[in-house]
Amino acid sequence: MRQETITARRKFLKNFLANAVVVGAGDQLSLPVAASANSHPARSRVVIARDPQLRGSGSSVDSQHMLKLLDRTMQSLFEADRADEAWKKIVHPGQCVGLKVNSLGGRGLSSNPVLVGAICERLQQAGIRAADIVVWDRDTRELERAGFRISASGNQVQCFGTDRVGYEDDLAAWGSVGSRLSKILTRRCDVLIGVPVLKDHDGAGVTMALKNMYGAIHNPNKYHPNGCDPYIADVNMLPEIRTRMRLTICDATTACYEGGPAYKPQYSWHENALIASQDPVALDTTGWQIIERKRAQQGLKTLEADGRAPRYLSTAADPRHRLGTNDPQRMEKVETALA
Amino acid sequence: MSLEQTGHENPALAGADFPERARLAGAPVLPDRRSFLRCALCVGAAGTLGTLEQPLDATPAAPTAQNRDDSHFTVEARFYEKLPNRRIRCKLCPRECTVGDRERGYCGVRENRGGTYYTLVHSRVCAAHIDPIEKKPFFHYLPGTLAFSVATAGCNVNCKFCQNWDISQARPEQLPAEYVAPQRVAELAKQNRCPSIAYTYSEPVIFIEYLMDTADAGHAAGIRSVVVSNGYIQDKALREAYGRTDAVKIDLKSFSESYYRQVVSGELKPVLDSIVTLRRMGKWLEIVYLVVPTLNDGDAEFRDLARWVKTNAGADVPLHFTRFHPEYLLKNLPITPVPTLERAKQIADAEGLHYVYIGNVPGHPAENTLCPKCGHMLVQRMGLEITQMLIDKGECPFCHQPIPGIWHA
Repeated sequence: MRQETITARRKFLKNFLANAVVVGAGDQLSLPVAASANSHPARSRVVIARDPQLRGSGSSVDSQHMLKLLDRTMQSLFEADRADEAWKKIVHPGQCVGLKVNSLGGRGLSSNPVLVGAICERLQQAGIRAADIVVWDRDTRELERAGFRISASGNQVQCFGTDRVGYEDDLAAWGSVGSRLSKILTRRCDVLIGVPVLKDHDGAGVTMALKNMYGAIHNPNKYHPNGCDPYIADVNMLPEIRTRMRLTICDATTACYEGGPAYKPQYSWHENALIASQDPVALDTTGWQIIERKRAQQGLKTLEADGRAPRYLSTAADPRHRLGTNDPQRMEKVETALA
Repeated sequence: MSLEQTGHENPALAGADFPERARLAGAPVLPDRRSFLRCALCVGAAGTLGTLEQPLDATPAAPTAQNRDDSHFTVEARFYEKLPNRRIRCKLCPRECTVGDRERGYCGVRENRGGTYYTLVHSRVCAAHIDPIEKKPFFHYLPGTLAFSVATAGCNVNCKFCQNWDISQARPEQLPAEYVAPQRVAELAKQNRCPSIAYTYSEPVIFIEYLMDTADAGHAAGIRSVVVSNGYIQDKALREAYGRTDAVKIDLKSFSESYYRQVVSGELKPVLDSIVTLRRMGKWLEIVYLVVPTLNDGDAEFRDLARWVKTNAGADVPLHFTRFHPEYLLKNLPITPVPTLERAKQIADAEGLHYVYIGNVPGHPAENTLCPKCGHMLVQRMGLEITQMLIDKGECPFCHQPIPGIWHA
């Protein structure tokens, strides 16, 4: 009798797993690394795409150049012949896509609206309705100051801050973190794409993909001690974030190697690049290397020597979190440049 | 029912005369809500303010006057120093946050704007309530009187058991609030026959500029000030701010540094230092110890605590052992068993403390004040209510033993 039960269970499990595989194959969605820890690819791909002509002869980013740079980035990341093929690996028509930007640094050092506009254009070409795209951050005024046009209705891309809708009443908790989450995240977004900025950070060392999620919680001020460790990793483990996160496209058009996260022109430079990955830990590790290189050029101490090495990266990669890898041997770094 | 977990009594949990929520929850303050709030603050008739509903979906609301402009709540902070690169170091609490431009300190209510540090919560009242002073709890300070109680958003620690976490762990812009100038607080207290203003619910340390100005305004109007605080504050700020108040209740959350680190996100030593300083300053002082099952309820800890209080604050300082209720991030633990509280009291009594109380257990005999010399009951309490008051001119009427406290306004 007992043997029969076991056999029946095994049969059920076998069938269940087979069905799951079929469903997964049919879905053809490229899952984020974090959601597929057991099938973790041998190496996490990180694309750094540059365009020395991104600004043409002026100081502002040119929208046509940006579109081409974005396309190159996405095609390289997903090894796709066409950009729309790449986008269709992470989004489906009917889904609502949230673009979590970083608008803390004003016009000087926030996610560039030209980049965000390019992402919105490609998402629509991939079948996402304009009204199903939400560009968001913590505060509407900060979005405005960063150059975004606020829109909260109509058949157009939506753009507003959590201050307009508030945070969930209930706490979301994981590890050391207990926070109320933005309703934009929990009630609007099926899919989350992070669009952070490549920046130095006085507490965490650097801020890019993972720290950007502090903008989704109501109490980020509680999670800055100890170099934001383990808090950054724990925030990204909150199921509402982890299950939605698909991709990070880090804006490295203008970056900051010291004095961040606020904009300080003397510590900023035009890298004219995008950094993209589905592995946020690998992306942050790669960005950290870029910042260190710039610091060395400027004669500054390493973040380690400055007591600000981003310790949160190893926590995010540890067996408890498995948000991605911080091991360069397990990353595939692809550098590409537009002619 | 009296529930004063962490000593930061919950404005939502009030006595029989104050049955409704005082906290101003919800998202944007709509005009009708603002009118209601303003009205409640002006009249203070029932001493309560209504709960504001959150919107049900994530449809953006129109911007309100409040979230468009917070300039009238923004005042330069008093305790900080400027650093290079537009950074600052906060000197208000022992945490000493170093804060970059456009960033906030741990408390969430102080912001660096271009190298100048600002409090964002001056006169930004998110909770106002008229409470019996026993709810703070003060048992030896103006018993049977009312305290006009105010709070702003924010806190400089993050206790996992906080029952007011929805205001203490919020940023000011996340809560509806009203502008209530210090003079207005004093007027409201007077209109409502409150001999004292209480700074409570969240953590007065983080709205210290408002506290200082309000205490001054109160004194000018003949109204005293009492503070309900965690005591996690730097010495200079403590002397300057709490020096303007009349009584202080400190939440001594544990007698263990590891507990402070792991459960409170703070430190024990500075709190002990604050207690010693307050006694030296001659402030009326009471201490609350929230007993959390399995975390700070050992005999040795109770004994060490009682010995330290006796040695450093004196045997006459009232010590309240209060009952924990599962809240916030500690919902996995049970309510403190009454025998545990009784054990704590027995130990503290045996160590020679004269006034050891049990809190959050309405009707328990250890709510009463007994004469430490002759044992007669001098003040009988039932929850927040004084049912018998026999202390006369600061003495036991039976044996003339002086009973320390401020018994009459």
